[in-house]
Amino acid sequence: MIEEILYMNGYGVYVWSAFFFTLISFTTLYVIIKIQYIKEKNKFVTKFGALDSEKAERARLQIINKEILSSSQSI
Amino acid sequence: MFKIFEPGKIFLITSKAPKYVMILFIIVLSIGLLEALIFSPEDYKQSHSVRIMYVHVPAAWISLGIFSSVAFLSLVGYIFKNKNFFLIAKSLAPSGLVFNIIALVTGSIWGKPTWGTWWAWDARITSMLILALFYVMYLIAWRIYEDKEQVLKITTTITIIGIVNVPIIKYSVDWWNTLHQPASINILSKSSIHSSMMFPLLVMTAAFALFSLLIFLMKYNTELIKIKNKGLDRL
Repeated sequence: MIEEILYMNGYGVYVWSAFFFTLISFTTLYVIIKIQYIKEKNKFVTKFGALDSEKAERARLQIINKEILSSSQSI
Repeated sequence: MFKIFEPGKIFLITSKAPKYVMILFIIVLSIGLLEALIFSPEDYKQSHSVRIMYVHVPAAWISLGIFSSVAFLSLVGYIFKNKNFFLIAKSLAPSGLVFNIIALVTGSIWGKPTWGTWWAWDARITSMLILALFYVMYLIAWRIYEDKEQVLKITTTITIIGIVNVPIIKYSVDWWNTLHQPASINILSKSSIHSSMMFPLLVMTAAFALFSLLIFLMKYNTELIKIKNKGLDRL
């Protein structure tokens, strides 16, 4: 049974390589986008931490800034 | 008119959605892979090589769908001067390009046992390759142009020219003699594909659509944070 799934009447090498290429492409794209995301988030947290209290208060008024800060605790 | 597209409001949803989309994607992909690789029957003519269809066809469909969406969003964004539409379009493009590459590579792998060649300058394949070039041009334009107005103009122009290629891809098998067979699946008329093959094809399409949604959400969040980073600099 397993041999049949792997070999596929001689077409196994084509079928499996097409599926592997797809999964590798997915993983690569996911990792690249995730790295970019984490990088930008860390940059935001660092910049936010460097603000003086008045500017930080002003920035915190925006909902989106609060969201980024709260979600950055989980990374 | 487009107040619901305010980045602040959207971020509330898009920052939480990826983990749920990821779970759903893994579930649907697992079902799709089992169906495509084990449970679906082999073809009487192509034998097991037909299984490549379950990655090749959904990838081609989604890359075409994404490019059409990118063109539409760019045009609407340009007409209504709404930058968020451009941001959505820009976030969709990377997964569109990857799906386009998957369609080309898996098509090439499928071509070897079916047609006896890895590549042919056939109308469908060539037009898909041109689409990949438009994706590349679009993404490069975002990287190289720093002037905001200029980049919006250039990316919109690229997508408007590129969208002409989409119907050419779709109808290339009808307009020219190509190695590709005519469409087996029709929305308006009866499809010639058997339900035992249609089911895994649709499940894999759903899985691929979920993956592109996942990548879109992550990329869109990254772009929003990038804008916010610039905002902090200006404080």
